[in-house]
Amino acid sequence: MSQPTTREFMLGEGSGTGSGQTLQVGVGPAHPAMHGIIRIVTELDGEFIRSADVEIGYLHRAFEKDCEVAGYNNAIPYTDRLNYVSPLINNFAYASAVEKLLGIDVTERCKFIRTAMAEISRICDHLTCVGASAMELGAFTVFLYMIKAREFLWELVEDVTGARLTISYGRVGGVKADLPEEFATKVGAAFKQTREVLDEVHRLLTGNRIFMDRMVGVGALSREETIAYAITGPLLRAVGVAYDVRRAHPHWAYDRVEFEIPTQSAGDNYARYLVRMAEMEQSMRIAEQALALMPGGPVNVDFEGRPIDPAAYVDQGKQGKTEGLLLLPIRLSPNLQGQNRAALERVNADDKRVVLPPKETAYGSIEGLMNHFMLIMEGYGIRPPRGEAYFASEGANGELGFYVISDGSERPYRVRCRPPCLPPVAALHRMIEGEQLADLIPTFGSVNMIGGELDR
Amino acid sequence: MGVGSFFTSKLDEAIGWARKYSIFQYPFVTACCGMEYMAAACSHYDVDRFGAGLPRFSPRQADVLFVVGTISHKMAPVLKRIYDQMTEPKWVVAFGVCTCTGGFYDNYATVQGIDTIIPVDVYIPGCPPRPESVLDGLMKLQDKIALQTQRF
Amino acid sequence: MTGEQILHRLRDRFGAAIVDTHEFRGDTTAVVERTALADALRFCRDEPALAFDMLTDLTAADYLKFPGREDGPRFEVVYQLTSLPHNHRLRVKVRVDEDDPVVPTAVPLWPIANWLEREVWDMFGVRFAGHPDPRRLLMYEQFVGHPLRKDYPINRRQPLIGPKT
Repeated sequence: MSQPTTREFMLGEGSGTGSGQTLQVGVGPAHPAMHGIIRIVTELDGEFIRSADVEIGYLHRAFEKDCEVAGYNNAIPYTDRLNYVSPLINNFAYASAVEKLLGIDVTERCKFIRTAMAEISRICDHLTCVGASAMELGAFTVFLYMIKAREFLWELVEDVTGARLTISYGRVGGVKADLPEEFATKVGAAFKQTREVLDEVHRLLTGNRIFMDRMVGVGALSREETIAYAITGPLLRAVGVAYDVRRAHPHWAYDRVEFEIPTQSAGDNYARYLVRMAEMEQSMRIAEQALALMPGGPVNVDFEGRPIDPAAYVDQGKQGKTEGLLLLPIRLSPNLQGQNRAALERVNADDKRVVLPPKETAYGSIEGLMNHFMLIMEGYGIRPPRGEAYFASEGANGELGFYVISDGSERPYRVRCRPPCLPPVAALHRMIEGEQLADLIPTFGSVNMIGGELDR
Repeated sequence: MGVGSFFTSKLDEAIGWARKYSIFQYPFVTACCGMEYMAAACSHYDVDRFGAGLPRFSPRQADVLFVVGTISHKMAPVLKRIYDQMTEPKWVVAFGVCTCTGGFYDNYATVQGIDTIIPVDVYIPGCPPRPESVLDGLMKLQDKIALQTQRF
Repeated sequence: MTGEQILHRLRDRFGAAIVDTHEFRGDTTAVVERTALADALRFCRDEPALAFDMLTDLTAADYLKFPGREDGPRFEVVYQLTSLPHNHRLRVKVRVDEDDPVVPTAVPLWPIANWLEREVWDMFGVRFAGHPDPRRLLMYEQFVGHPLRKDYPINRRQPLIGPKT
C-alpha cells in the first residue's frame, strides 16, 4: 500500500491506515452521550465510520406483557414510562386506543384538556432533546437553560396531575381530574418564561459557527430512505414531508386549533434542530388556544360513553355525609387484592347505587362517587367488545400508535406500542455511515432516542 | 487508647470531611429516573452546592456510582463490570425504586434490585424520587462517607 | 380511497387469497394467505392507487388463549400500512400455525421490516424466510424462549446474572 501523505497522516483524512484495516470501537451501552442505553459497534477506518451495528434492548421492561396482567386502566402507569419525557401523550394515546375499541367518545372538555396537556408534554420533550444534544456538543449553558424552562413546565404538570414525571393522568374515558383554578394564568406565565429561554437559546445556538459546523450536513438521510424506514415526526418534517398525525388524522381538539407544521428540506441534524425549535413555539400556540377555547362541562365518561356529572365527583362518603348514599351490592375479595375482582358483577349504569359499608370493611375500596373511582368500579369490568383497534397520535418523536386487541374480558389480550423512535434508531447506521466518529454524537442526539419507548 | 489513636481518628475525620464534599459521581443513567437526576443536577435543585456537581463519565475517575433507572438482565453484566472497574474507595447509590427492588416491573426482564449484584450504600426510593429525596439521600451518603473508617 | 375501495382492489387482484376482510371502528383489515403475502404487500406498496409507502408497524399476536380461537392457527402477524400521498391506512394480517411459524420477509419492500421482524422473532418465535440478520432484538442472546407467547409466564426468570426468583 502507498505511504499516507503527511496531510493524511496528521489530519486523518483519506483511508486512515492505508492498509484497509478497520478498528472496532464500541460506543455504549453505558456512555454519557447515549441518552439511555444503547450499544453502537462501529468499524472505524481512521476517523471514518465504515459500518455500524446498533444494538438495543438494554431497557426492555416487558411493557407489553405487563399490560396483559390486569385491567385496562392498570396499564396506564406502564404507559407513563414509555416515553418518559412526554408521558401525558402516551397516557392519552393508550386511553384513546381503548376508547376507540369501546366505540365511545370523550367529552369536549376532556378533549381540550388532553390537547393542552399533550402539547405541554411535547414542549418538555423537545426541551430535553435539544438541551441534551447541545450539552454533548459542549454547550452546557444551553442544557441548564432548557432544564430550567422544563422545571417551569413541570410545575404546571404537577399542579394538574400531582406528579412531575410519571403522572398516570389519563384514564379510559377521560382524565383523572379536572384542571385546577386559574390554570390558564399559570400557563401564560410559564410560557412567557419559556419563550424567553427559547430566545436565549436561539441567540446562543442558531447562528453559532461551531454549532453549525458540527450539525450542518451531518447525519443526513434522503427523503426516500426516511419514508422507507417509516420515520415520522420531526425527522420526517426535516426532509420536507409535512406529515403530522395531528393534521392527517385529527383527534382530540386538534381540528379546532390553528397551528403550522414547520418543515425544513435538508434532512440533516441542523434541520432537525430547527424543526424542533419551531415546533415548540407551535405547541405553545396550541396549548394557549386550547385553554382559551375550553368549554365547561363534565370531564369523564363512563364505559358506555355517558358523561358523568362533575357534581357527582364529590365523595360524600369521605365528607361524612353517609345518609342518602344508596346501597350497591358488591362482593369484595377478602384480601382486597384488585385482581380478584373478576368476581365483581358488572354494574349497570342505570341502577347506580353505591354502598358505604362499615369502616372496617370500607378500607380502600368502596368510597363513594369519586369520578375515576366510578369508572374503575363499573369499568373495572371495562369489557370492550371482541376486536382490535389501532390508534395513532403524534408523539414528540413521531407517530405513537397503540394496537389493542380485546377478547371481551376485562384484561387486554394484547397491547402493542408502536414506538416512534424505533425507525430512526433502525436507520441510524445509514445516517452515520461515512461520517466521522465525532459526528455520531450530534446525530444520535438529534434522533432523540428514548430508551423506555424503544425497548418497551 | 493513647495519643496515637487520637491522631488517627482526627485524620479519619479530616479525610472523611474531604471525601464527602468532593464526590465525583458516575451517573449510570438508564431510564426515567434519569430525568429527575438531570433535574437534581441542574440549576433548580443544584447538587453542585453539595460538592457533588461534577459527573465523571469514566468509572476509573469516579467514586460514587449512581445507578439511575431500571436495570434489565441484559444490562446487569455491564453494571457489574462498571462497578468492578471503579477504584476504592467507592460507594453505590441505588436511585429510584427499580434499582432498590425492581419497582413494579416484576417480570422476566428486570433485575429485582441491584443489591443482588453489587453492594449498595444508600437507597433512594421513589418512582421517580423527587429531587428533594435525592438531595436527602445524598446527604445521608455524605454522613456515611464521613463516619466510616477511612482506609487509604 | 375508502376502506371499502381498498378491500375491493385487493379482492379483485388476489381473489381467494384474501381469506377475510372487515372494517371495525374505522380500521380496514384484510387477512391474507401466507402464500400470497409477499405479492400482496408488494401490490399494496407499488399500486399507485394504494401507494402504501410506509410500513408503520409489524407485530404479531398469540391467539393461544383467545376464547374461540384456541384450536386455530396460533400466531397472527399484523402489518399496519400507511399511505402518505393518499392518507389512508390498511391492516394486513396473516395467520400461521405453531408447527410451521414461517412468514416471507418484507425486508426487500421496506427496510424497517428488518428490525420489526427481528422483534417478532424475539418475542414470538415466528421466523421470517429470507431475513438477512435473524438475531434477537430486545432480549439477550442467551435467553431461551419467546417471552410474549401466552405460555411464557411473566415471572419466569432466566438469570444471566442474579438470583433465581
